Amino acid sequence: MLLREGEFRNPSGCAIAGVIDRSGQSMNGEQIIEAISVMHERSNGLGGGFAGYGIYPHFKDFYAFHLFYEGATAQEETETFIKRHFEIVYFSEIQTRKLPSIQNEPLIYRYFLAPLPQKLANSHLDEREYVARCVNRINAQIKGAYVFSSGKNMGIFKGVGYPEEIGRFYRLEEYEGYAWTSHGRYPTNTPGWWGGAHPFGLLDFSVVHNGEISSYDANRRYIEMFGYKCTLQTDTEVICYIIDYLVRKRGLTLEETAHVVAASFWETIATKDAQAREQETILRRMFPSLLITGPFSIIFGYEGGLMALNDRLKLRSMICAEKGDRAYISSEESAIRKIEPDLDRVWAPAGGEAVVFELYKKEGEQKK
Amino acid sequence: MSMYIQPEYEVIRNEQRCINCRACERQCANEVHFFDPKTGKMNTDDAKCVNCHRCVCICPTHALKIVRSDDTYKVNANWSKQTINEVYKQADSGGVLLSSMGNPNPLVSFWDKMLINASQVTNPPIDPLREPMETQVCLGKRTAKIERDASGKLKNTLLPHLELKVPIMFSAMSYGSISYNAHASLARAAQELGTYYNTGEGGLHKDFYKYGKNTIVQVASGRFGVFKDYLENAAAIEIKMGQGAKPGIGGHLPGTKISSDVAETRMIPEGVDAISPAPHHDIYSIEDLRQLVYSLKETTSYKKPIIVKIAAVHNVAAIASGVARSGADIIAIDGYCGGTGAAPTRIRDNVGIPIELALAAVDQRLREEGIRDEISIVASGSVRSSSDVVKAIALGADACYIGTAALLAMGCHLCRACQQGKCNWGIATQRPDLVKRLNPETASKNLVNLVTAWDREIQEMMGGMGINSIEALRGNRLMLRGIGLTDTELKVLGIRYAGESI
Repeated sequence: MLLREGEFRNPSGCAIAGVIDRSGQSMNGEQIIEAISVMHERSNGLGGGFAGYGIYPHFKDFYAFHLFYEGATAQEETETFIKRHFEIVYFSEIQTRKLPSIQNEPLIYRYFLAPLPQKLANSHLDEREYVARCVNRINAQIKGAYVFSSGKNMGIFKGVGYPEEIGRFYRLEEYEGYAWTSHGRYPTNTPGWWGGAHPFGLLDFSVVHNGEISSYDANRRYIEMFGYKCTLQTDTEVICYIIDYLVRKRGLTLEETAHVVAASFWETIATKDAQAREQETILRRMFPSLLITGPFSIIFGYEGGLMALNDRLKLRSMICAEKGDRAYISSEESAIRKIEPDLDRVWAPAGGEAVVFELYKKEGEQKK
Repeated sequence: MSMYIQPEYEVIRNEQRCINCRACERQCANEVHFFDPKTGKMNTDDAKCVNCHRCVCICPTHALKIVRSDDTYKVNANWSKQTINEVYKQADSGGVLLSSMGNPNPLVSFWDKMLINASQVTNPPIDPLREPMETQVCLGKRTAKIERDASGKLKNTLLPHLELKVPIMFSAMSYGSISYNAHASLARAAQELGTYYNTGEGGLHKDFYKYGKNTIVQVASGRFGVFKDYLENAAAIEIKMGQGAKPGIGGHLPGTKISSDVAETRMIPEGVDAISPAPHHDIYSIEDLRQLVYSLKETTSYKKPIIVKIAAVHNVAAIASGVARSGADIIAIDGYCGGTGAAPTRIRDNVGIPIELALAAVDQRLREEGIRDEISIVASGSVRSSSDVVKAIALGADACYIGTAALLAMGCHLCRACQQGKCNWGIATQRPDLVKRLNPETASKNLVNLVTAWDREIQEMMGGMGINSIEALRGNRLMLRGIGLTDTELKVLGIRYAGESI
């Protein structure tokens, strides 16, 4: 019998693409499908997925859980759990389009949730931590149920197939968002399980990643000290947890996080000005086990922005581009040109250099 | 009655090559070689030979070799020749058998049963000749809080660290057990390599204070040579709780090795046996260790990391967890194959557990308890090559101590007779005529060469795995696979069997 994702380690090559409109204007999902489809050759039909930000404006104050169920029992058990911890504001099956190439799909449901105030207060946890722990409990303890998206006003859509097919399966042309990321997967083993596709998400954080990190087990064994459980055994999962730990739990900025996971070489740090040298040395000394080595390019999505980051040797291709308010990130320039042939600026960020694109601050706020 | 015991080794002289220069006679402190005026030829007394190979190496015509005697008792698989001889010796002397250096018995080496990974296709290997490859490492606590100044910059809240340019240090060997020149060589090499040597429990000779930045000083149960300047001069302080070659017992340096210089350094009378008690008499439990850790920190104004060195014993993971909570910054774990200048044979050969298993168990336990950042781990006790270092780090060590390999680099031939104090190589002796045979200039060069060569090999192996910082190798157990191991051994090591993907 084939092992399921999480029961073995599954490195994969991939394509990634992302787009954000910094003025907050909405784009429907069609564009990003078109972009990722150009890089068809970088996937092999064994996984594709998308993350959209700003797609649930009517429910923006509620956590949107997307769930895969393998059967009615898993659904029943999960819903009992959810009701014990949350108020269900609205829920329904996620509308999909039947396609001949997309098979063996699980039951796919969406819930908009608010934590039960009394339960939350009794937990002595901050709200996001409370939600994250509930997600982990469902994924680890309820057989046949898997929460694959859990943020506010954002959603992940993924499955087994080529990304463009997955996009049409989920009818992404019907969703409008200010930022999108996507992923086409080329795994080196057959997962055949929808939960194993990417993006990987936790709360509003999502990660799409291309590469195979050589530091995996060092990173995994370290991050698991802090309550994370790497159930999928994929690079994307551990990268997402690392960013969550550094940003949400330790309060580092994205730039500081980049100096941890894709730290400059000591010999480079030695050449920097005194302040940068001091700051980067502190970060490397505090979190040496969260340095990620080996090839990777990632797009990290969060409420209000996207961050692109390459490994410090830049062993994977990754291009950034801008056109007006729109910013693009992709494994290959062709994918960007496909949806915006006339660009203001195209560049390849250096290894370890974090590129952050965020929504413009509203009036009264300081523009970044 | 004293039983005649046939010598274990025989010195064979090629009569045609021998020119009767008598160099062997002059060089052998054991007085094996002598000139026989009657025959006009050199002769030997094999019974005195410890097989240190000094004569073989210095003979200008290469006329000498040493072979294992083929004399045998009636063959008995249960009662080996050595076992029988040891019974004879004890029946004769009534004494405890003494040995030196690490356990020479054919034991399981788990290093040899672990294989290292390399990148193919899905992930590129990295070429250390063309790309930066980081083998430097910091040792100490990493549990600092994130605090920011008014401008939002991170404050440095880290406690002091040791900075190593290579993940290898020289392990504790005291002045007394080894010579002045041996210490000088280790100190110079540590300075040149950007790493540390360790004084052991014999105090620090005042000539070596200038190497303080590269010196770890030991505080052992005998407290030899411990005073303010000693502690203040060091880069770090190591509390020696145990040693892999002799867990559960103290040390014994015979009076013959206590020269006036050694006596001054140790702050004890000349010519009197230096005996360290088995326990620290102020540490009968873990809370007492915490008090010693903090008294040393107080004494040195919290400027130096404190290392606690323990022997690998059955309950090592729980002990390490206690040490990690004691305030210590670094734990050194010494396995049962570790060396010694002298230990009771039965203890050396039967007490303690292998470093590979101890290290794996400790690293795993500290992670399960979420306190791995509280303490760095240094592994020792038979780290024989760069691949052993790579495997140790992949199992979870931050760095390794080497002792025997360092002695070999200085010329030691592992004859395991250190306790006799007549080391022909000038290392484990205090006899001035022998000590001067070891040239610190050359010996330190050899040490630097050895560690530099290992560092290059470590870089090559890391590059092969697609890893360009030793920090990403630490605890990266997926990079190891076992071969010829049982399920239990794999479980303790936390690795998979060769051929298993994960």
